[in-house]
This record gives sequence, structure tokens and C-alpha cells, in this order.
Amino acid sequence: MGPSGRQVFLNMHFDGFMYPNEIELQWSVLIVLYPFLTGLVAGAFILASLERVFLVEAVKPTYRLALLTALAFLVVAPLPLQLHLGHPERSLEMYLTPHRSSAMAMFGFVYLWYLMAVLVMEIWLDYRRDIVLMMQSSRGLKKWLYRAMSLGATNISEGALRVDSRAGWVITLIGIPSAFLLHGYVGFIFGSVKANPWWSTPLMPVVFLFSAIVSGIAAVMLLYMVLTAIRSRVIDMRCVDTIARYLFYTFLIDFSLEMLDLIHRIYEADESFRSLDFMVHSRLYVSQVVIQIAAGTVVPIVLLAFTQVFSLNPRARKSIYTLAGSLTLIGIFAMRWNVVIGGQLFSKSFLGYTTYKMGFVAREGLLTAIVLTLLPLVILWVLVKMLPPWPDKDILVTSTSSPEQPVG
Amino acid sequence: MSLTRRTLLVLLPVAAIAWEYVMADTPESSPNYKTTDHWWGMLLDITKCIGCGSCVRACQLENRVPDGYYRTWVERYVVQDWGFENLRVDSPDGGKNGFPALAASVGKSFFVPKLCNHCADSPCTQVCPVGATFISPDGVVLVDKKYCLGCRYCIQACPYGCRFLNPETKTAEKCSLCYHRITKGLTTACCEVCPTGARQLADLKDPADPVHEFLKTHSVQVLKPHLATGSKTFYNGLDGSVR
Repeated sequence: MGPSGRQVFLNMHFDGFMYPNEIELQWSVLIVLYPFLTGLVAGAFILASLERVFLVEAVKPTYRLALLTALAFLVVAPLPLQLHLGHPERSLEMYLTPHRSSAMAMFGFVYLWYLMAVLVMEIWLDYRRDIVLMMQSSRGLKKWLYRAMSLGATNISEGALRVDSRAGWVITLIGIPSAFLLHGYVGFIFGSVKANPWWSTPLMPVVFLFSAIVSGIAAVMLLYMVLTAIRSRVIDMRCVDTIARYLFYTFLIDFSLEMLDLIHRIYEADESFRSLDFMVHSRLYVSQVVIQIAAGTVVPIVLLAFTQVFSLNPRARKSIYTLAGSLTLIGIFAMRWNVVIGGQLFSKSFLGYTTYKMGFVAREGLLTAIVLTLLPLVILWVLVKMLPPWPDKDILVTSTSSPEQPVG
Repeated sequence: MSLTRRTLLVLLPVAAIAWEYVMADTPESSPNYKTTDHWWGMLLDITKCIGCGSCVRACQLENRVPDGYYRTWVERYVVQDWGFENLRVDSPDGGKNGFPALAASVGKSFFVPKLCNHCADSPCTQVCPVGATFISPDGVVLVDKKYCLGCRYCIQACPYGCRFLNPETKTAEKCSLCYHRITKGLTTACCEVCPTGARQLADLKDPADPVHEFLKTHSVQVLKPHLATGSKTFYNGLDGSVR
């Protein structure tokens, strides 16, 4: 009797020796998406906190947009996990009967804490005055919607708003370590798997955290520039220059950490090194070396450094920021891909390699991943319509007002 | 719908038949078995394994393991000289149907039966978000398929590649050390059929179990000892090349 049909099928996809249950990858593109989306949340929140806690006045035009972006992505972040589960209907058990030694179970509580206690609270406090004003000026269904959102707290006297502001400040202060915890935990879920040398490093949570901050800052910077252009308003160059500067600094830290991890692995060269090194030079070469490191990290860092060193006109700066921001997001996505997928391409025997075959129209296929990536943008669009995040004083682009001029 | 006497009379026998199906997968109770009296492991003698694959076939039949997935499997190592380049390993269909013949003078070759190591400090049970996989009081790592979410974190956490997602139940699955048999005083299906006695179920808490004499008198090793998982599958004659 020959090998089974399934075995023949699987044999086509691997080289060398894999433990027989390893040939099939367990965590798909959806699990790549999950740390990517969570990272954008944490990064966007850190950017928002720059203005609120660290009083970086220049980034104020993006403060509310950053909060709404964080919320839009945070709402979608658990969906890829949910879709990936063999039994999605049992997912609530993670909250009802959590296993205390499981990082994944504890992460559920960190997520809930961050969503409800930090993000929703902060947005509500910041928008309460606007919600009440919109409730007063609108009619019909809209009025009821805003009334519900106000939770009956309609006092917008100066004293009440001062309390809101103070409470918001405290929540942001709690929010910063919470955002760190949120994404640090995602890194811990991978970094604590001792069976997998590609994942198992104490640097993983730190690398995840900094790459999260980088991706969140880049995303909000791009969203601000694109949405402002769509609204035919003038882009506040002082704001994007400041964001780009922070992006540059955090990217340098992130890159240094990733290189530290890489150099450490090369120098230490433990039993897994030969296998992992071969993987990076073969199956992961394009996604890791070309896309993540070269195009997604070195190029944007050089571009951003260029804007720091040379004085360029605003049009050139905007183009560079757009290019650098887009490459950054591609690079960070590639980093998530290389961690999640790369960590499953080699055998834990270190003697073989398998292949990831991604379906298109499938529950865990590319189409689902694309929809889940676009969904936060749709949610953000709805949020922006309901809760406009734009500063009162932003200037319409007209023939007389030059879009290149910074706005005071 | 109002429940009439007639409907009730029809529904009761239907419910009774349905209940039979519901209970079909429930293990029979073992009134004389005390979990705290046992601490299960397995002894695998590489010098005795002939790579016939009987254990893999028996396991698949006994535990209804889906085609192409393995609760146990056999690997063949061919070592020609020192070093990584001189090592060849294969396990066609988990060694279920034996192995193709090797050319003469390829170097030393031997078979390594693999299964869940039933680790005392198992990384797989540690990561399960709901505790659906757990260590029983008698030292067997089990999965409650009625509770498993199918998140596959345990599959990632197992260093030995012993777990898979059952495509029918969509839950994590692995060797249960034939828990339904050993709690009745039987041995596992794989040990039962092994023609050379290369696999022997071992009760580490039973002083009369021959495993103790064997461990005292042989050089045995566990797989990947540096990972400190508290593995309870002991290998006799384990070559340094085995991963």
C-alpha cells in the first residue's frame, strides 16, 4: 500500500525532513494581520499621547484623528483571530474560564481593558462637549444617536469641561503603559514559545512595541495628509514635520533593536542558526531582506534622514513623507509576515522547510485579509463623519492661500 | 407549539436514542482505577525498532486518526558520518507502511518511534487559553475536544511536532496514551502490536514496573533535553543526531 493521497499532496510542498504533522502551517495570513492591526492601534495612541501628556503642541491637528484611528483598528483587531479559530463560537470561554498560565488568555483582558477603560473613555471625554453641541443642533435620528452617545451627561459648563480634561489627561497617562502592554503582550505571545527559536527571544515584545509605534505614527501621518487633501484643506506642515521627526527617531530605535536581535543570532549561532540562516537566504529572502529590511526600513529611514538634514520645500517634504510612510507600513507588515509565517516555514527538527500556500477566496485567504485591512478604514470613515476630528481653524485650499504655507 | 401527550410519547423515545449518540464518545468509567496511583510514561528502545509501522497503523485504527495526520509516527535516520550534511531522515506517511529499502553501505541507520512526550512541564498545556488541554493527575497530557477553541497555540508550543488540528472536529489532537485503555489495565494500542517490544508503557509510580530496572541499567535519554519539558518518553540507544 502506498502513501495516502493527502500525504502525496503534502509531500509536494516541502524540502528535507519535517515532522509529519508540521508540513501544514497552522497560523495563516490572518494571524499576520492581527499583530499588524494591534500595532497600528498602539502606535496611533502613542502619537495621540504626545500632544496630551508630553505637550507637543505641533501634533495637535492629528490628536483626535489618531484616537479615532486607534479605535477603528482596535475594533477590527480581534476579527482575524475569531475567523481563524476552529470553534469561534467558543471564543468567549477565554473570558469566562481563562487559563491563567496562558499569555493568550491574559491578552484578552489586556485588550478589553485597553478598548473600554482607555480608548473609549478617552474619546468620550474628549468629544463630550462636541457630542452635546451636535445633539442640540441636530434633529430626528441623529439627535437620538448623539443623545445616546452623551450617556445623559449634558453639562458642558466650563467647570464640567475642566473635569473632563483632567480625567482625559489621567486616562492618557494610564493609556501609555496600557498601549505598551497591549503590543508588548502580542510580542510576548510569540517571544515566549521556547519550542520555536525564530520566535523565542526576550527582545520580541520590545521589537514588536517599537515597530508598533513606528507603524501607528506612519499610518496617522499618511491618513492626516490624505484626508486633509481630500477635504481640500491646507496640510499643517509644522504638524507633519514633527510627526515625521518622531517617526524617524522611533524607527531608528526599532531598527537598532531588530539589528541587535539579528547580530546576536548570527554571533551566538545556536543549534537553530544554520536552518534559520538558510531560510532567510531562500524562502524568506524577498519578504525579509528585500521588502522588510531594504525597502521597508533602510529606504524610509534614509528618506526621513534626508528631510532632517537638508532643508527642502514643503512639496518635496510631503512627497518624501508619503513615500516613506507607505514604505514603512509595507515594511512593518512584512516584519509581521516574516515573524508569523517565517516561524512556521522551518521544521523544529531543523532539517526541512515547508511552503505557505495562501488561498484567495477562503476563510483564511487573501480576500478575507484584504477585507479585514480595509474594514478599519470604513469604520474610521464612519467615525470621522460622526465625530469630526478636524481642528476648528483649518484653512480651505484656495487660489490665494498657498498649500505650502504652514498654518498657525 | 403546545406539548400534547401524543407529542411527548413520540419525543421521549427519540430523545432516548439521541442521548445514546450524545454519550457515545464518553469514556466508560473505570471504578477501580485511581489516577493518583499512576504516573505514566513510555520506554522506547531504538535498538529494537524495525520500522514496520505496526504502531502507526494500530494507533490510527484505535483512535480514528484522520488520514495524513499522526498521533505517533516512525522516523528513519541514516547517518553516514559526522555533521549535519551527512544526515538523512525520512518518514514516508509517518512510517505507516514501513520504509523503502536503502542501498547497501549507506552508513548506520535506525528507526525512532515518536509520540507525545507527555511532558510533566508541558509547554503545550501552559499556553492553552482555556485549559482545554491539561495534564491528568496520572501524568497524561489530554485534550478536551468539547472545550478546545481550535486556536492552535498548543501546536505551535509543542517542540516535538506531536500535535495537529483534526480536520473533522477542528480541535487540537494528539496521543492520549490510549487513556481509554490504560485506565482499564490494558496497554496502549501501539505497545500492544509492537512485534519486538520496542515500545513499552511505563508506570513510573509503580515500583513493580520493569521500567525502573531498565532505567537503572541502561543509558537512556529524552528528546531535546535542553528544553526542560519534563518529557516522560525515555529512549534507549538514542543517537546524538536525533532531533
